[in-house]
Parts: sequence; C-alpha cells; structure tokens
Amino acid sequence: MFTDFYYVLKAYGVPVSMNEWYTLMEALEKGLAGSSLTGFYYLCRSVLVKTEAHYDRFDLAFAHYFKDVETPEGLPEKIWEWLDKELPEMEITEEMRRNHRQLDLDELKRMLEERLREQTEEHHGGNYWIGTGGTSPFGHSGYHPGGIRIGGQSRNLSAVKVAGMRRFQEFRTDETLGVRQFQVALRKLRQFTSRLDGQKTELDLDGTINKTCQNAGRLELVWERPRENSIKVLLLMDAGGSMTVYSRLCNQLFTAVNKSNHFKDLKVFYFHNCIYDWLFHTPHCSLSDYTETEYVLKTYDPEYRVIIVGDASMAPYELTRVGGVIDWELYNDKPGIEWLRRIRRKFEYSVWLNPIPRDYWEWTDGAFTIKKIAEIFPMEELTVDGLERAIKKLRSRQAVANL
Amino acid sequence: MGKEMKKYRGSANYIVSEELMNSVNIAIALGKPLLLKGEPGTGKTMLAQSIAEALNMRLIIWNIKSTTKAQEGLYVYDTVQRLYDSQFGEGDVSNIKQYIKLGKLGEAFVSDEQVVLLIDEIDKADLEFPNDLLWELDQMSFYIPETKETIVAKHRPIVIITSNAEKELPDAFLRRCIFHYIAFPTPEEMEKIVRVHHPDIDRKLLEQAMEAFYMLRSLPNIQKKPSTSELIDWLQALVIGGIKPSRIKQELPFLGVLLKKNEDLDVVLNQLYNKNQNKNATTYISGSINRFRV
Repeated sequence: MFTDFYYVLKAYGVPVSMNEWYTLMEALEKGLAGSSLTGFYYLCRSVLVKTEAHYDRFDLAFAHYFKDVETPEGLPEKIWEWLDKELPEMEITEEMRRNHRQLDLDELKRMLEERLREQTEEHHGGNYWIGTGGTSPFGHSGYHPGGIRIGGQSRNLSAVKVAGMRRFQEFRTDETLGVRQFQVALRKLRQFTSRLDGQKTELDLDGTINKTCQNAGRLELVWERPRENSIKVLLLMDAGGSMTVYSRLCNQLFTAVNKSNHFKDLKVFYFHNCIYDWLFHTPHCSLSDYTETEYVLKTYDPEYRVIIVGDASMAPYELTRVGGVIDWELYNDKPGIEWLRRIRRKFEYSVWLNPIPRDYWEWTDGAFTIKKIAEIFPMEELTVDGLERAIKKLRSRQAVANL
Repeated sequence: MGKEMKKYRGSANYIVSEELMNSVNIAIALGKPLLLKGEPGTGKTMLAQSIAEALNMRLIIWNIKSTTKAQEGLYVYDTVQRLYDSQFGEGDVSNIKQYIKLGKLGEAFVSDEQVVLLIDEIDKADLEFPNDLLWELDQMSFYIPETKETIVAKHRPIVIITSNAEKELPDAFLRRCIFHYIAFPTPEEMEKIVRVHHPDIDRKLLEQAMEAFYMLRSLPNIQKKPSTSELIDWLQALVIGGIKPSRIKQELPFLGVLLKKNEDLDVVLNQLYNKNQNKNATTYISGSINRFRV
C-alpha cells in the first residue's frame, strides 16, 4: 500500500533499496510503527535512511506523501489524562484480529468525534470508548489495526509536522562547506596497492610467526608488499578573472588537496580560462614560469587523476578558434578545445569541477562553453556532494565519449 | 506482539530521546545492528551501557582501532602458544581447539545469555572492515577452518555500532543496519542531562551557563564546538570556582574548559573584547588565559 512512497523517496533522492523496503514491511508486520504516523515516521527513517545527509530529503518526501494525513488535535484535556495511564501490553489473538475490519481514516475521525461527544468518563479496556488498552480504535496501549493513537508513546506532534520542520536541513551535503569536508571527501580518493606491483620488501610478522609455528619452529620468512596509496593527482586550476568570485571556494578545495598527504604525488598547475600550450606554475599565469602542456602530456603517466577546476565559462572563440587565447601577448595555433580533448584522451581518470551551481549551467553567460566542455570531461559542481561524485568517477575509468 | 519482547525505555543515568528509544527497539525487534552517528559527546557509547543496564544484560565492548582486522573479532589461532607447548611438552598439542581464542564477536555468540555487543568507532578501521563482517552480522555465525567448527550465536546479540563519520561506510553494510543520527541535544534535553550529573546545581547558574554555551556553539567561526561533556566539566569548574551567575555571560570564565583550540579562543575573546570595550570592563577577562592583552 505504500509502494508509491518508495518511488516518492527515490524521486527525492533518498537511495532506498529493495532490501531495506522488505525490512520495513517486516517491521510493520511486527507492529513496530505502533500504529501511529509518528511511529511510522521514525520507523521508516531508521530503516530506510542511512546517513544524516539524507534526513532532509526524507523529511521532504515524507511531508509530500503524507501531507493530507492529520492526527486529530485539540482533544479535551480530560481525555489526555485518561490516556496517561499505561497498561501492560496485551495478548492479541487471531479472533481479535478477525473481528476488526479496517477502517479508513475519514471514518475513524468521524467516529472519534462522535465518541468524544458521547463519552463522559474514563475507560480502560473494552472495545468502544476512548481509553487505554482494549481494542477500541481510539486510545493507546491497545490493539486496533489502523486505529488512532491518542497520547501514550506518540507525541502531540504529528509526524508530518515533524517532517515538515526540516530539522536536518543543515546536513545536506549539496551545500558548499569547508576545508574539512573537502578533505574527508578527498580521503576517499585512494587505492591501496599491496597486491598490484612493487617489491615484497616488508616483513609480514604475523605471517612469519604463523608459518614458522606451523613448521614446528623452523623459521620461514614471509614478505609482503608495503601498503601504499598509489594515487597520483594532477590539479589544474583556472585562475582567470571570472573565477575571482569563487576564490574562497577554490581556496578551500586547494587547501584540502594540499593537506591531503595521502597522495603519492600531487602536481598543481594553473591556466587562464582555457588550457592552451602552457600550464603555469603560479596563479598569476606569468609567461616566465610555466611548463609546456605538451611536456605534461608526454611525460605524465595516464594513471594520474586529473582534477580540473574552472568555471568553463568563456567566449566561444576562446575555446574553438586558433589564436583565441584571451591574453594579448599570447598566440595559440591549436584551439583550446583541441588541448582539452588531448588531455582527456590521455588521462582517462579525469573530472572537471565547476564552482558555478549546476542549476545555472544552462543559463549563465558561458552556457555554450560549459556544455561543450561537459561533453569532453565529466563535469560536477564544486560542492562536497559534487566532489564526492567526482571522486567516484576518478576511481574508475570513465567512458571517453566521441573525441 | 505474541512473544514477550524486550523493550528499552532508558535507564536512570542516561537521558534518551523518544526517537532514539524507538530506533533501539526497532533494532532489537528486527535483530539488526543499530548504527549510531552523531557529534562527539552526544552519548553514542553511553547508550550501549544504558541498554545493557536497563535490560540487565552483559555488555561486550569491541573497540575498533585503525589496525583492527575483522578476523580479530571472530577468533585468533594462537600458533605461538601451541609451538611453545610442543617444545616444552605441555598441554595437549593435538587439541587445536584450546588454541583458538574467540574475539569479542565470538564471545558474544557463544554467551549463554543474550548480550549487548558494542562495536565502538567502526569508522576508525580500514575501509573494507565493515564489509568483512557482513556475513557474520547477518547470519550470526562463522566457521573456524582449523577445528572444522561452526560457531552459531545462541542468542542474537543486540549489536550497537558507533561511527564518527571519519569514513563513509560501504552501502552493503549500511543496508543491513538500522540507522540513527543523534542530534545535538536541545537546551531542554541538555538541562535534563546536566541534572543527571549535577542534581543540585543552582538554577540561575545553569541558566546563564547554558545560554553562554549555546551562544558559543552558534558562533560561525568556531572550529571545534564545545560538546556535552565539556559543558558538564565547565559547570563543575564554575561551581568550584564560586563564580556568580551574573558574571558568566559577560566574562566567560574558565573558557579553556570549553574551547580546546587556540584559534577558537581568539575568535571568542575578540568578540567579547569588542562587546565589552564600551563598558570599559576588559581588564580581567579570565584568569586562565594570559595571551589576551588589552
């Protein structure tokens, strides 16, 4: 009956798997939701959502799906008092189960209102009046499939309202955050190779002891390859004028990359708007201090993970024309796009991080070049989420599309 | 609920929110591990102790370090001991069983009564660590090839796993867990928590200290926000120091108890300085900090 909800969750970007959905069904069968929407909300959240970063999305999805369901409010104070008394849990027999037909919510609400008008005293047990225990659809600690819980464990606040409060908004990871978050994301960019290549130079103490003991004391040395991160990173950053707006964000990323000392090698170069024949050593992009792009392409091995940071926004001619370079004193005999393609072809593990939020890519001034470059490099926005996605892409070879 | 089910309702020295209590009970009922995340000092580890206490069960703690291997939780085959024994002719060397030492997980499995197993700070271990435990936590059994024995849990232990989010845990592992994020306590909840530790603290003092505490937490430039345990220590310091409640918010005495980073102290002191400048009351900000000069 909630199958729609599954798809709503997916649509809101909560990654739910069938596994977890079955678990939820099992839990519902066991009555863990406590037949209240609040209980159901917490149950769903704890079973289906596996990171606080998705709490907000879940809240939105929940509020969207259950927005029409309301729990009756404004109950007379007296009824709360009657309900405050807890009863021991009761045994449910098959017979009791059969006796109950499922009531729909409207009918329940109508009946509750009627009952409220009629009822004048406290009831515990029984199957009609509002009270604790018993099998009336109204009250708590009792049993009625699909009844309305009033008080007891559930709170005065309906789950839809809790969801609507969006308390976990700040945990959304698609927000831009600080250095630390970038670092945590970058930490995922690693690949320990004790198995692939390299000499076996490290004494495996445990292995040696184990082997020796199994040999009844005759020494047998076991060697291991050292576990090392084999990831090498080539960071290319746009230092052009249009990037000034994003300098803080880029600085944070840059700091994070630099602080991440787990890379085997880290090389940083700068460029102005687009990559041409020169990769500069400083953000000032001065012509006295550069490495030729050609040299980088020839000497760096394709295992380098290439992260390009830039807004990819430029005049179309800067990207596609010979001599299109923006700097007055420079001249390029190959268009920028050609260089980008060559970089992409050589370095299959490469991504483009764009500080412009994805939503604007189609509308900003550089929409044309953004689109062109995104055809060459997988492009992600420069946020923690985007960086994580980018790093996922860097871990495996990405298909090189029509170059 | 046909069978009598164990229900956790919190314990005397641990304040538990309704949400968290729900999650614990769901995890117990479904027999799945409960994964807890949250800021340091939100009582993740304490929860396991509280559950054990409330349900009257034994608590087994498996502290994870960066070098911990999944295998260690199951069992260790002590080949060295066996070698010694064979050389000195002690013990029955042919009986391999006595050289198999069960780890924490194994211990939880063979226990005659249901236990609470706390796997603390799982994110400290290697990336693959949680994946290596999938089968064991799912099936609650493992095989020891040396003795051709299968260890099956007599009673499914209640498994509580804590993580500080230093690493992302693998999806396959997450799918098998019940997840709960412990949000930082609201001021009302915090008051209850404080009352557990300092039952007879002056109301006025607590009020002022809490206001200052949440004010500090809300400063945007603070790198390491003070947490529950630091608040409790601070209150202790305030009580012992005999600080008047009215002075707390203005002077923030013993600030070093709350803030552990130099940069953070600078941020706060600067703000405080700016605020107090007009009142000409900057001379003695705090005895514990001497780096600050007017």
